[in-house]
Amino acid sequence: MRLEVEITGKTYRSAAGGTHEVLAPVKFALQSGEVGVLIGPSGCGKSTMLRIILGLDRDFDGHVARPPQARIGMVFQEPRLLPWRSVEQNVRLAAPDVTDAKLSELFKILELDAHRSHFPGELSLGLARRVALARAFAVEPDLLVLDEPLASLDDALAGRLRDEIATLVASRPVMTLLVTHSLDDAIRLGDRLFFLSPRPARIVQEVPIAIPRAERSEVDLARIRTELAALLLESK
Amino acid sequence: MLRLLSFALFVAIWWTAALFVGGAKLPSPPAVLNVIIAEAASGALFVHLGATLARVALAFVLAMSLGSAIGYLMGRVKLADRLGDPWLILLLNLPALVVIVLAYIWAGLTEAAAIAAIAINKLPTAVVTLREGTRALDRSLDEMASVFAMPRWRAFRHVVLPQLAPYIAASARSGLSLVWKIVLVAELLGRPNGVGFEIGVAFQLFDTPRLLAYSLTFAAVVLVIETALVQPFEARATRWRPRAA
Repeated sequence: MRLEVEITGKTYRSAAGGTHEVLAPVKFALQSGEVGVLIGPSGCGKSTMLRIILGLDRDFDGHVARPPQARIGMVFQEPRLLPWRSVEQNVRLAAPDVTDAKLSELFKILELDAHRSHFPGELSLGLARRVALARAFAVEPDLLVLDEPLASLDDALAGRLRDEIATLVASRPVMTLLVTHSLDDAIRLGDRLFFLSPRPARIVQEVPIAIPRAERSEVDLARIRTELAALLLESK
Repeated sequence: MLRLLSFALFVAIWWTAALFVGGAKLPSPPAVLNVIIAEAASGALFVHLGATLARVALAFVLAMSLGSAIGYLMGRVKLADRLGDPWLILLLNLPALVVIVLAYIWAGLTEAAAIAAIAINKLPTAVVTLREGTRALDRSLDEMASVFAMPRWRAFRHVVLPQLAPYIAASARSGLSLVWKIVLVAELLGRPNGVGFEIGVAFQLFDTPRLLAYSLTFAAVVLVIETALVQPFEARATRWRPRAA
């Protein structure tokens, strides 16, 4: 399975009547089993790009080729849970085919066992984020999209959750698209990094990471980090 | 317990007032109770109450289902909103009496005319409330449902309907009280039975005990339906909300 994104432009009309260019031409592709990371400054148009890729926004120039039968799992920036359904119901409604065993496994990995019957209003943001992750993984997606899933969590929790995401992504072949501000998240989770420019967004650098995700040591990560820093400095 | 106390206070005030005003204008509680018992024994009370309740139920269900559907449509589809809005404003501001009289003139003094007239009176408020509810729907949850490819019916039931539930409850509640009021007018003007008809008769005879007997029984039935049906529905629809401290 393969995701091909070729956006030639996206403008939007503001309430004041002006037109704004949100996206410059952007082109990339993603294979099954690959984790692509979009990194860019706030407000550069990342979320707009995701909405286009997900088919929520059809008003753009260019085209996105995504296998029509591809199942999508999405973790939005805010958890977007149904407040009137319990944690378990939230997951089951998005993934009606999930088996009990699979669900138990997911809840165990994400440490949600104790919260199955709670309503989202009773959860902390960190927990709600984990429910959103459980929901996205429960559909056994072919395309997994994570929009800043670790934003506004403390470092320790973000680190744990990042490891959990790594485990889950490694457990099945899935095209993953991660949006983040954090270079650290990017080099730990990603196979290919796409650095975006400020608005209108275009890809300024595409950096593949050769070492497989599971085999990256702290030394490797430190080296990649310095290399990237040099590269980014150069491109500016 | 507090409710009982409040009820006792009501009876006490009524009784004292009756002592001052005199039985012809305001009969005492026992006098009214006697009439209620007599009417109940003859069966007339139940016949009239039943007729009124049946009309309320039919008109209410008709107006709620039709009004909710139209309101949802107008909230979702801009064209429907534009087309429907002038009608809505007209219906909202049309006095109940005009609708009832016109219905009786055009459709005759029939049951269908009465029920339709009551339903038409309630319809626009249901439309307005549900249209507001539909406009307030959370787009981000719609997007979630669409990304996860939820089938339409499931998305409607689990994503949309729970968001509309408070609006439906509010509209049911205000609508029910509106229907209670209007049904009596419709019965007074053109039906040979029902609480409204009985009150009309009592008015012509200046029979205050009878008038109070029917109105109070009617009020009691309304109270029971409100606490036994409407409030539990509301509580269930909003049970996921954190309780107010």
